[in-house]
Amino acid sequence: MKERLMLGNEAVARGLYEANCAFVSSYPGTPSTEITEYAAEYDDIYAEWAPNEKVAAEAAYGASLAGVRAFSGMKHVGLNVAADPVFTASYTGVNAGLVIAVADDPGMHSSQNEQDSRHYARAAKLPMLEPADSLECRDYTKLAFELSERFDTPVFLRLSTRISHSRSAVAESPRDETAPARPYVKNPAKYVMVPANARRRHPLVERRMADMAVWSEGASVNRVICGKGSGIGVISSGIAFQTAREALGDNAAYLKLGMIHPLPDKLISDFAKTVDKLYIIEELDDVIESHCRALGIECQGKELFSFEGEYTVEAVRKAVLGVSAERGAAPKAADVPGRPPVLCPGCPHRGLFHVLNKMKLTVTGDIGCYTLGAAPPLSAMDLTLCMGASVSALHGFVKADPEAAKRTVGVLGDSTFAHSGLTGLMNIVYNQSNATLIILDNAITGMTGHQQNPTTGMTLKRRPTHSLDLAAVCRALGVGRVDVIDSHDIDAMEPLLREHLALDEPSVIIARRPCVLLPEIDRQAPLSANEKCKNCKACLRIGCPAVSAAGGSVSIDATQCFGCGLCARVCRFGALDKVKPGGEPS
Amino acid sequence: MNILITGVGGQGSLLASRILGSVFTQQGLEVKVSEVHGMSQRGGGVVTTVRAGKSVYSPLITDGEADLLIALEQMEALRWLHTLSPSGKAAVNTYIIPPLPVLTGASEYPQDIESAFDPSRSIFLNAVKLAEEAGSIKSVNVVMLGAVSVWLNIGPELWRAALTDCVKPKLLAVNETAFELGRQMALRS
Repeated sequence: MKERLMLGNEAVARGLYEANCAFVSSYPGTPSTEITEYAAEYDDIYAEWAPNEKVAAEAAYGASLAGVRAFSGMKHVGLNVAADPVFTASYTGVNAGLVIAVADDPGMHSSQNEQDSRHYARAAKLPMLEPADSLECRDYTKLAFELSERFDTPVFLRLSTRISHSRSAVAESPRDETAPARPYVKNPAKYVMVPANARRRHPLVERRMADMAVWSEGASVNRVICGKGSGIGVISSGIAFQTAREALGDNAAYLKLGMIHPLPDKLISDFAKTVDKLYIIEELDDVIESHCRALGIECQGKELFSFEGEYTVEAVRKAVLGVSAERGAAPKAADVPGRPPVLCPGCPHRGLFHVLNKMKLTVTGDIGCYTLGAAPPLSAMDLTLCMGASVSALHGFVKADPEAAKRTVGVLGDSTFAHSGLTGLMNIVYNQSNATLIILDNAITGMTGHQQNPTTGMTLKRRPTHSLDLAAVCRALGVGRVDVIDSHDIDAMEPLLREHLALDEPSVIIARRPCVLLPEIDRQAPLSANEKCKNCKACLRIGCPAVSAAGGSVSIDATQCFGCGLCARVCRFGALDKVKPGGEPS
Repeated sequence: MNILITGVGGQGSLLASRILGSVFTQQGLEVKVSEVHGMSQRGGGVVTTVRAGKSVYSPLITDGEADLLIALEQMEALRWLHTLSPSGKAAVNTYIIPPLPVLTGASEYPQDIESAFDPSRSIFLNAVKLAEEAGSIKSVNVVMLGAVSVWLNIGPELWRAALTDCVKPKLLAVNETAFELGRQMALRS
C-alpha cells in the first residue's frame, strides 16, 4: 500500500478502522476532535458526538461489554469530566477492547490549562501508550486494543497537540476482522462494583499492572537507539523524543518509551548503566524523572527543562550540549503588534457582549468561541474556569452576595449547556438563587470547528435526529421566566436584561442566531461609512475585524464584512449603511 | 528543507502546506507537516511548518533554520523573519490584514516592512490581485507556491501531481492558473 501523509488524529482513526473498532463516542476538544470526525467517515464504524466526555466514555464502556471494540477520544480537560467511569472501569476491566485517547495541549494553544494526563494512568492504574508520529498513532491504536483484551483493561492512548496536528507518512493496512467474537456473558462479580465485588477486583488490578510492567520490559514500543558513544543518554517519549532527537542527533543514545505506564524498570536501569550522563526529556511534569529517581538512578531533568510549555530544539541543544543556536538572518522583530484570535465578522456573540460591556455587568463565562468576549474592546467576562462553571459559579456568586444578582449574569453556549450546564441550572432552581443565565444558541459547536450536538437536530453521521428544545428544558427544570431573543437585537437586549436582573427568581435568556460560518448562512451586502460619519469611533467598540480606524477615519473592509449590520446599530449618526449591489451605499 | 508558512486564520496556509508535503513525498523524502487547528484559527496568526529530508524528527522549525518563509500577509512575514537562515528566502504577499489592536488604534501597523528583507533573497508580490485574475481570491496560497517554485528544484509534473492530489477537481484549473501566475511574477522580478 502506498504511503500518504496523515494527520496524527487521522492516523488514530485509521488505527481504529484497521483494529476492527466498531463504536466511537466522544466529545470534541482541541486537539483531539479530528480523531472522531475521521472515524465517522468509515462506514464500518458507528461514531457519535456525546453531550460530554463522561457520557462518551460510559457509552464506549457499554459497547465494550456488549462485545464490540470501542473507543472514546477527548482533550486533557475532558478526561477530568470522564475520570469517574474511567477509574472504576479499571476495576471491572473490559469485554472487547476499550481504548481512550487523551490529547494534552502543552503550550495551551487552545486550552485553559496544561495539565499532564500521564498522572491519570498512574492514578487510575491503567496502561498508557504514547505515539511520537502518525505511523505510531496508527500502530499504537491497534496495539492498545490488543493489550486491552489480553490484560482485560481499558488502555489510554496519550497524544499531544504536535502529534495530533502533525502530518507524517502512513501506509494503510486492511481492516482485521479475524478476531473471535466476544459475546456478552453476565458476570456481576466482575461488572457490578459494589464494595464486596470491588474488594475482590482491586488485587486483580494490582496483579494486572505488575504483569503489564513485565510485558513492557520486552515490548518493542520501548526501544533503545544507539548513539556515537558520547556517553550522553536520553529517556523520552512522544513529541519530546522528536525534539530531543532533532536537537542531539547521534550525540546521544535514546531510550524511546512507547509505553509510559507502567514503566519498564529494568530496561530503564540497564539503559542508565550504559551512559555517563542521563537526561530525562519530557514536556510538562516530571513523571518519568520521578520514577527514575525512585529507582535510585542519577539523572537530570527539570533542573534543566521547564514544567511549562513546549520544548524547542534550541533549548535542548543548549541544555545538553551547551551550544547556542547559530544566528539566523535577523533578530526577532520588535514592536510587531499581536494578532490575537477574535470573534469573526458577523459573529452572533458580538451583539450580546457589546450590551454586557455597555451595562458593565459581572459575567461568569464559559468555554467556547464566546470566551473571546473577554478580550478588549468587548471585555465582558469576569471568569472562565471549565465547561459549565458559568452556571454553577454564577449560583455561588449571587447566593453569597445577593445584591450582586442585580448586576451579574452567566453566559455559555448551546453545546456547553448540553455538556454540563443542565445540572448547574438544576441547582440554581433547586436552591433558589436569583440568577440570570444567558444561553448563546448559535446552532452548532463553534470553537472546535462545527460539530453537531444535542441541540442541532443532526448526528455526527449526518442523520436528522431530535433537537433538544433549550427553552422547554429550562422550563422543565423549573425556570419560571425564559425568553428568546435575537443575539444582534441590541436595542431589545438591554431592557430585557434589566427586566431579568430585577426579577426575584431564576431566569434564562436564550440569545439565538446561527454561527455565520455555517454553510447555509448567506453573507449579506457589506456596509460602508458615509459622509455623516463624525469619527466618534463608537463602532470600534464592538471589536469587529472588518471595522477600522487605522487611517484616521472609519472604514469597513468589504472583503471581511459579513453585512450583519451591528456596527450600524451602534452608530448614532446613521453613518454606516449597506452597499447596494451597484457598489454605492443605499 | 524547512518551510514556514504564515498568515491569518482562514487564508489557506493548511492547503499550501499539504501541497508542499505532497511534492516532497513524491520526491521520496521523509516529510513532516505541523498544522494549527482550534482557537488561533479565529482571525489569529497561523503558522504551519513543512520539513522534508532524509530523516525528519521534529515537525517544527528552529529559529534561524528556515530555508523558506512564505507569508500570506505582510506583518506576519515580519513577525517570523527571525526564523530564516542566513541564506533563507522569503516570499511575501503584500496584502495587509490589520489585527484588532491596529483597528482600534491601540497599536500601529509596521511601516515599510519590505526594507527589513534582503532584496536579493525575497520577493514581495500582490498575490490577491493574481488570485483574482486566476478566478478565485482563495487561490492566494497557490499563487505564493507558484512564486516560490522558482527557488525550488522541483519539476512541473510534480507540482501538477501535488495540486491534483490536494485540490478539489472543480478547482484544479483555477489553482493551476494561480500557480502559473505566481511563478511568472517571480520570474519577472
